[in-house]
Amino acid sequence: MAHAHVKRYSGIMDWLTTVDHKKIAILYFTAGGFFFLLGGLEALLIRLQLMYPDQHLFVGDTYNQILTMHGTTMIFLAAMPLLFGFMNAVVPLQIGARDVAFPFVNSLGFWLFFAGGVLMNTSWFLGGAPDAGWTGYAPLSTDAYTGRGTDFYVLGLQIAGIGTLIGGINFLVTIVNMRAPGMTFMRMPLFTWTSFITSTIILFAFPAITVGLVELMFDRIFNGNFFEVSKGGNVVLWQHLFWIFGHPEVYILILPAFGIISEVVSTFSKKRLFGYSSMVFATILIGFLSFMVWAHHMFTVGMGPVANAIFGIATMTIAVPTGVKIFNWLFTLWGGQIRFTTANLWAIGFIPTFVIGGMTGVMLAVPPADYQYHDSYFVIAHFHYVIVGGLIFSVFAGLYYWWPKMFGRLLNEGLGKLHFWTFFIGFHLCFFPQHFLGLMGMPRRYFTFMPGEGLDEGNFLSTIGALLMGVGTIVLLVNIVATSVKKPHAAADPWDARTLEWSIPSPAPEYNFKQTPLVRGLDAFWKEKMAGNKEMTPAEPLGPIHMPSPSILPFIMSIGLFIAGYGFMYRTFVVSIIGIGITLICMLLRSVFDDHGFHIEVEELQDKGAKA
Amino acid sequence: MNVSRRQFLWRLLPLIAVMTFVLTGCGDETLSALKPKGPVAHEQLFLMGLSLAVMIFVFVVVMAIYIYVLVRFRKRKGQEGIPKQVEGNHVLEIVWTVIPIILLIIIAIPSVTATFNQARDLKNDKDAIHIKVTGHQFWWQFEYPDYGIVTAQDLVIPVGKKVAFELTSADVNHSFWIPSLGGKLDTNPGMTNTFYLQADEPNVYKGECAELCGASHALMYFKVNAVSQADFDQWVNKMKAPPAVVPASAQKGEQLFKENCMSCHSVGVNGLSFGPNLNGFASREKIAGILEHNDENLKKWLSDPQGVKPGNKMVLSNKLTPEQVDELVKYLDTLK
Repeated sequence: MAHAHVKRYSGIMDWLTTVDHKKIAILYFTAGGFFFLLGGLEALLIRLQLMYPDQHLFVGDTYNQILTMHGTTMIFLAAMPLLFGFMNAVVPLQIGARDVAFPFVNSLGFWLFFAGGVLMNTSWFLGGAPDAGWTGYAPLSTDAYTGRGTDFYVLGLQIAGIGTLIGGINFLVTIVNMRAPGMTFMRMPLFTWTSFITSTIILFAFPAITVGLVELMFDRIFNGNFFEVSKGGNVVLWQHLFWIFGHPEVYILILPAFGIISEVVSTFSKKRLFGYSSMVFATILIGFLSFMVWAHHMFTVGMGPVANAIFGIATMTIAVPTGVKIFNWLFTLWGGQIRFTTANLWAIGFIPTFVIGGMTGVMLAVPPADYQYHDSYFVIAHFHYVIVGGLIFSVFAGLYYWWPKMFGRLLNEGLGKLHFWTFFIGFHLCFFPQHFLGLMGMPRRYFTFMPGEGLDEGNFLSTIGALLMGVGTIVLLVNIVATSVKKPHAAADPWDARTLEWSIPSPAPEYNFKQTPLVRGLDAFWKEKMAGNKEMTPAEPLGPIHMPSPSILPFIMSIGLFIAGYGFMYRTFVVSIIGIGITLICMLLRSVFDDHGFHIEVEELQDKGAKA
Repeated sequence: MNVSRRQFLWRLLPLIAVMTFVLTGCGDETLSALKPKGPVAHEQLFLMGLSLAVMIFVFVVVMAIYIYVLVRFRKRKGQEGIPKQVEGNHVLEIVWTVIPIILLIIIAIPSVTATFNQARDLKNDKDAIHIKVTGHQFWWQFEYPDYGIVTAQDLVIPVGKKVAFELTSADVNHSFWIPSLGGKLDTNPGMTNTFYLQADEPNVYKGECAELCGASHALMYFKVNAVSQADFDQWVNKMKAPPAVVPASAQKGEQLFKENCMSCHSVGVNGLSFGPNLNGFASREKIAGILEHNDENLKKWLSDPQGVKPGNKMVLSNKLTPEQVDELVKYLDTLK
């Protein structure tokens, strides 16, 4: 039953059925990258409309759809998948494992996210996109005030959300159970640590928004009254549920980014991470505190001074472990031999940018000051500084850093530097003026502003910055295309790096490690290099490697829920039953038919041989 | 401990002053939070300046280390070898944990004080002006229960007196924001929120909706007319006076108004209505909160309200003819 019938697909079927974490990573990067471009286009439309006062390019409800989809797409369909891409590409390699704990479920997580993302975006062609903001506040988001567009938000996010929850659980188990011999928790690379804490946050935060979305779905589709004030509902309930998810969500976004920075800064200064234990502890503390501060998004809701004061102080405390991290990065660079590769340029650009975002974060934590800042362009400036300046800069750093490990090629350094400078300058030009626009009285989510109120110059500059960011993104695309047409010939360890993923060929072979490595300390590969070894010491003899079989079921299960989503949105519940039925049947098939996987034999391993 | 904290604050005070100074001079007199026109806005700007000053101090320290490190330790041509691998430094770790905590305490204490100060409930304060605000899609209703006045869009308040607001919404969440006078507070359906503001200078300040509420969220401005006590009393009397006799030229318009508009718009002092109360409409700064108040714009509004403010609730069952519009304008112009 096992290795006699090795299922190997090629072409599109290979991608639809893969359970290989490395290919799933590429799926996440491709889909996440596509949605990043879509969200970026939405951003440019917003900035074009706001380039001058009183324009009529996109107004009223159309504008609200664009802004809602910009936020929803960027956070749920671009940032999170890109981070899952990194976690998939890197974590198993960093811990010396051959795949994640649940490869089938890993694939399911991707296809569910993709199904949810596609479903939400079909709304553009089916009567209009969601238009109540990415925060979907009730009662605006109930069916009393918005049309079918919001149904796409409610169903799409539930489907994509299951995918994320699954992914989080998968990485939690993987990191707990599948570390190579000798890799204790305190010998794990920082990116793995941050992925671990991120997965824990996902586990606890996603159920909160799922509850909120289910309640909103009941209000909209099944005559519920959770948010219907005349029937005893409470509109603030939505805000609590959303932000109990929403605040940890932004730490889900930033912690893996911190992990990437730790790896890149360490490698390119040729030094171990300064204060490793503090960094681990700070990460855990940030993860915990992220659940303690949600109501700082609700200072103006009218919760009263006691609640506002408590949440204000709790919010300020997060600045402490975050500051610890910044100083530890600076002191990793201190005394090092700093190479300004593109990857490191992004990490270096991250530091002042994220610090500025953190500064405005502390300013926002002061409740009475927030009464002015809230729902103004000051908040927009803050969160773009931390999300774009923090997360996206780190994503770019990670792309240039791990590209050779994923694709066997190095991205062009010249184009990389051009990408960096245009995007970096464009970013600051776009978002720095927005601090002032907010302070001068410009609210957010406004499709226009009046001339002669001092808001003209800031908006104009901001739009120019956005256009420059667009140029930078195009340079990155050109770089990716130009690199792909070259033959793969990257070295296993092009950066002279420190962690386990660099001890195997580029790109990584299907089975990752010919033999599971023995880990003898922190920065496992560097430790071997310093002892004079060119390779890791194996922890097991050469033998056949057991691999999980590919399967089409995750793809079909996602299609089932996709169909069910339409059934709910169009109130045609027969279709929902069919869709859910498809998914359940696939689950039954998966449970009833044992998948023994297949083996890669020793002869195949030795044929494939490692590149020097 | 108290003494050194106070000393630190005294040294910081000039920096805060500079920060506040740097931030002012930015923006419109009637719209910018950086040009506070009342005690609440002043206190909030002070906190902004304080937190900014502390944060700039942190930024300067971080950037000093950053720039030094990038210049001093960049890899030189031909540089070989492995730099010294440093595990960490306990003293440094403690320093950059404890100092930020101290800095946060400096920010936290005035923040908490101000939070409680600004949450005082002035419901029973005889000296305060009491106003009930109801947010609608896409206009603002103002009720003065002490005077028996209901109006919309233009808020008239006396200078130098606390104005105690009770906020609620008739439909979705809105947020009531007058940046010159202070921060905002949300208007939520099914709840009443309370806060107070005060204007210290007479002027016409701009008010905005600050919570996404639908298609015309960006067009939901209101005006705050801060006037002297004498002018305020005069306004109150004018609003409470019975409606003036309508001149002959406007009677046709009045008839059209009764037939087409009265179901939603009242013109009496105590009128709570589905649409904005139009008592005193002719004196209002703007039409529908957004158009300059003149006859041409009034005609534009009456001919196509949806075109001006998409999604608003003024949907006329029968479209008005241009002649009807002209007559209505003549009538509306008499509502001083």
